[in-house]
Formats: sequence, structure tokens, C-alpha cells
Amino acid sequence: MADVKLSGVHKYYGNVHAVRGLDLTICDGEFAVLVGPSGCGKSTLLRTIAGLEDPDDGTITIGGAVVNDLRPRERNIAMVFQNYALYPYLTVTENIAFGLRARRTPEIEIRKRVSEAAEMLGIGNLLQRYPRQLSGGQRQRVAIGRAIVRKADLFLFDEPLSNLDAQLRDEMRTEIKRLHHEITTTMIYVTHDQVEAMTLADRIVLLRDGKIEQQGAPLELFERPLTGFVAGFLGSPSINLIPATLKTNGGGTAVVFQSGGTLTLPSAKTMSLTNADGRQVLVGIRPQHFSRAGGGPLRDGVVAYSAVADLIQPTGTRTFTTVKIGGVDAVAELQAHDVSRNGERIDLAIDLNRVVLIDPASNLVIA
Amino acid sequence: MRVGRLPARKVRILALRYLGATVVTQLFLFPVYWLFMISFKTPDEIYHVPPLWIPAQIQFSNYFVLFKDGDVVAILNSLIVAGVSSGIAIVLGTLCAYSLARFSTGGENLAMWIISQRMIPPIAVVFPIFLLYVHLGMVDGFFGLILLYTAFNLPYVIWMMRGYIVDVPLELEESALVDGLNRWEVIWKVVFPMVRSGLMATSVFTFVFAWNDFLFALVLTRTEVITFPVQLTHYFGGQSNFWGKIAAMSVLGTLPIFVAVSVMQRYLVRGISLGAVKG
Repeated sequence: MADVKLSGVHKYYGNVHAVRGLDLTICDGEFAVLVGPSGCGKSTLLRTIAGLEDPDDGTITIGGAVVNDLRPRERNIAMVFQNYALYPYLTVTENIAFGLRARRTPEIEIRKRVSEAAEMLGIGNLLQRYPRQLSGGQRQRVAIGRAIVRKADLFLFDEPLSNLDAQLRDEMRTEIKRLHHEITTTMIYVTHDQVEAMTLADRIVLLRDGKIEQQGAPLELFERPLTGFVAGFLGSPSINLIPATLKTNGGGTAVVFQSGGTLTLPSAKTMSLTNADGRQVLVGIRPQHFSRAGGGPLRDGVVAYSAVADLIQPTGTRTFTTVKIGGVDAVAELQAHDVSRNGERIDLAIDLNRVVLIDPASNLVIA
Repeated sequence: MRVGRLPARKVRILALRYLGATVVTQLFLFPVYWLFMISFKTPDEIYHVPPLWIPAQIQFSNYFVLFKDGDVVAILNSLIVAGVSSGIAIVLGTLCAYSLARFSTGGENLAMWIISQRMIPPIAVVFPIFLLYVHLGMVDGFFGLILLYTAFNLPYVIWMMRGYIVDVPLELEESALVDGLNRWEVIWKVVFPMVRSGLMATSVFTFVFAWNDFLFALVLTRTEVITFPVQLTHYFGGQSNFWGKIAAMSVLGTLPIFVAVSVMQRYLVRGISLGAVKG
């Protein structure tokens, strides 16, 4: 068990500044997910924590001890790799026991821990097989088993599910989450998949260009993004960003779209805004904040909007519909049967209580 | 194969194929067969017209002479020189190859420079080396030959092994480093098993190179350490050739290679094709 602290960590690859002065604290027992687009430095950061890369500057501490000068094997960490990294010439048992043998663990202890791990992961019947005889999901279980038996202070996962097909990925995701509940070791998990990040994390650390864009609980990042990038990265389909101008009159503030059309914002949303009048903004509306208007009175902050349904994409449970708002194509997520054909005019309700306003110049969320 | 179930046309094609293969095999194996037969013949039988396919009696006098006169020491010398030099070349070469593959030692061009050393025609360097060896007193000894063959084999080993090592997924090594091994243990317990086929194939080739070398051995040996190919030339005389001895010695010289290749056949095929296709 250990906490992890990074302070002022820099990493260069030639001219590329992959990690730019990063400070991060991950608490003991926490499940932290490093997420971000390709090339944001998330894997580099993980490999630096593992000791597979040396930071060019800054300090890394694990469990209170500075580990900068320690080799990977001296850091008491376990790591699961994207391509499983199973030794093809060893059986499942030998693969799982590999790290224990490397550390000269007594054979009795090895046997006990291997069978415990195998049972926990449901691979007890595969122990005598070789990796080539296993499916992708089974291989990843073995790779995780190899990490578990080590009883390390810290678990590192480097995109462990990206080679699996969609269904297996969901299954393994659940399993990793349950694993964390059972063994409660500190885990750091790297992924580019925002669904994995949202579902697994106690805390999401969203990286961009080698820096932390925002960190916090999944729903906090989803509901209260600090920047347009965070708002756009999390959520599927992603948030609709519509250019508009703010207009204050009397008591309230409204957004005026460039192609005409006005939506009045709830006062709670705009209270903190100063010099709002005439300001250019991007209005961020998540697809989930649309609904079909039922005809009854609308709640505070919910406005009616009539639009023509364009592209319709049913998923079974929900249906995604493209509608024009302020001259821009926006995706609305509706109930499965809310819309049935292209070109249908539908009455929508938009929940503006949850809208985000982004300053296009700074890309910061202003309300 | 269950030929009985195949349609007639396919059976005919298959039969033709086997026939062709048999003819080609016989063509290639005939000299080997003839070599073995001569080694068992008496001088009369060797020069018999028409040639005798099989000697009247298998007799080992040709071999017996080689053992009695101590000529077989040449085989032993060759075994020592080829075995030790390829052993050293394999160990050093594999470590060099690992360094080139994983740490990009010497930049991008060092590997190319190393293999270019192998392209020097031996005849171009044999006399300078001879003069050097004369000065250093290394002519006609094991050490000089072993050093030379090691030097000539190293570039080949480095080049081949670098290719095999580059193909080992880096994650396997990183995983082992995290799991508790040091670099040397990683090479021994992860890299070595992964490149075993390639290593075996490379070993066979380096051994065969040293075993077959004639030029260096001829120039650099006199009387003390005569290797098998040089010994063989002693039986070609101005007046007559000792065909019985030539054949017997050739058979003895072929056997170690034959055994090595048979034992390693499994690895050879995989080793040679390894790295040809990226997995």
C-alpha cells in the first residue's frame, strides 16, 4: 500500500517535451485513471512512475520514499501491459509465478498465491496451458494474475483492455473494478477511452500536451469541466459547442446564436458573470440534456426548442438525433422511440441549468 | 495422407511430384553416396572399370590408416578451433547485438559498419595477418586461428542476433524488469529463450564457417595445428592421389556437421525463417 507523489516532473524525448512540469498526488488505495488523447504523455508518465523511463526533472515518491534513482524492480510495483507481455515459452502457472521466482519466494508460498490468484480470476483450469492456447481475455487475466500475486505496493495498468473486443472489454473492466474493491491497492490506470476512465476511476486525471488539464471525481469532471477541452473529451456523443453572443437585458442573460435564435439562461447560471453583455461564447450543451417536450409546463431553466430531426441513430436504449441549433449540427440523445423518421419536426426541451459557457479565446469555462 | 480418397487426377499429380522429388534427391545424394563407398573400397576396387557400385566387402582399412598415422588429429583440431571460436563469437556477438538492439549503441550506423567488416574478401587480409602473426609468434597455434575465426564470425553473429533480438517484444523485457529481474537476468531468462532458434541457427553457421575455412588455415598453420581441410590436401600428390584416404577423411570431416545439423534441424528451420515475417 502506498501513495504516489509527483512534483515538477519533466520528460523529454529529443525535442519533444512529453511531460511538462507535472504535479500529482495519488492517495493510498485510490484508483486513479490517467486519460487523454494520443500523445498527451499519459503512458510516458506511467512508465516514469514504473522506472522504465527516467524523468529529466522533478521527483517521484512512492509510499513516502523518493524512487527517482531506484530501478523498476526496487520500487515494488506490478504492471500490466497492453499486449499482455506473457512469456510464450512458459505455461500460465510459470507466467504467473515469474515475478515471485525472480524474487526468490519460497515454492510453497508461490503455489499458494498462484492458486489464489487463479481462483480470483477464474483461470484455474488454464494453468497448464501456454499463452498461445488462450484467448485475448484469458491472456489479459493471466497478465493481471501475474501482477496480483506480487502483492505489490502499487499497480500500474497501461491500456490493458485496448486489444480486446468490445464485449470482453466491458467484462474485463468490471473485473478490474471488482479487483480493486477486493485488494484495495493503489492503482494507476492509463487509457485513451473515456468510458473506461469514467467507469473505473475514483479520480480521473485528464492530461493534455504533457500537463494536467483537470483532475477530480468522474462526475465532477463531467458536470463541471474547467475547460472546453475537458467538456469535449468526456461524454459520448461529445458535447455540442455552439458559437453565440451573450446579451443582458433587465433581469436576465440570454445567448443569441449567430444565425438568429435566442435562449434565455437561468439566472443561477449567469450570476457570477460580469461584463456579460456582448461577450462571445461557445455554448456547450450535452446530448443528454435534450429531451422530447411532453406538452406540460417546463421546469425552471428548461427551454422549449423546435427543430427538424436530421440523422437518426438508434442504439436500442436511446436514439441519437442530429438537429440544427444556431446554424450548427447538434446531437440530441432522446428516448428510443421519441423520433421515428428523418425530417420529422420535433419539440425539444433543453435543460440550460447544466449548460456550460466557454470563452472561445481562452477555452476556459466561464459558467 | 489418405491417397485412396483423393480423385485420380490429384493422385497422378502427387505421383509425379514424388517421382520428381526422388530424381532430384538422388542426383544430389549421389556424390555423398560415392564418397562413402570409396572410403570402404580397396585401391583395386577404386580404380576398377567399370566402376563398382558396392564394394565386394565393406572394409575399414582407409580409416584405420588415418587413425594409425594420427591424421585424425586434424579433425580434433578443427573441432577445437571451430567449437571454441564459434562459442566465443556467439556469447560476445549476442551481447553486442543486445546492446545495439536495445540501447542503440553507436547510433544507427554502427550495425551497418559491423556487418561491412564481413564483406572484406579474406584473401585481401590473409597475408597482412600472416605477417602480423609471424611477428607475434601466433602462427601454427590454436590461439591465432581461434582469434581469427572469432573476429570473422563476430560481425555475422552480431548482425543476425540483432535482427532476432529486435523482434522480441520490448514489453516482455520491461515486464520482467518490473517483476524483479536485472538486465543480465532479463537477457538470460527472457531474451535467450525468445531467440533460441535464431541462436542455434547462427551457431551452426558460424561453426560451419570455421570448420570449412581453408584459406586462413592453409596460410597460418604449418605442422602443429593442422585443421581438417588442410590435412585433406596432403593426400593429393604430384604422381597420385590417395583416393581411399581422401574419401575416408572427407567422411570423418562431414560427420560432425551432419550430426550438428541433424540435432539442430528443428531450430534451424525456425531460426532461418524467424524474423522473416513480423508477427
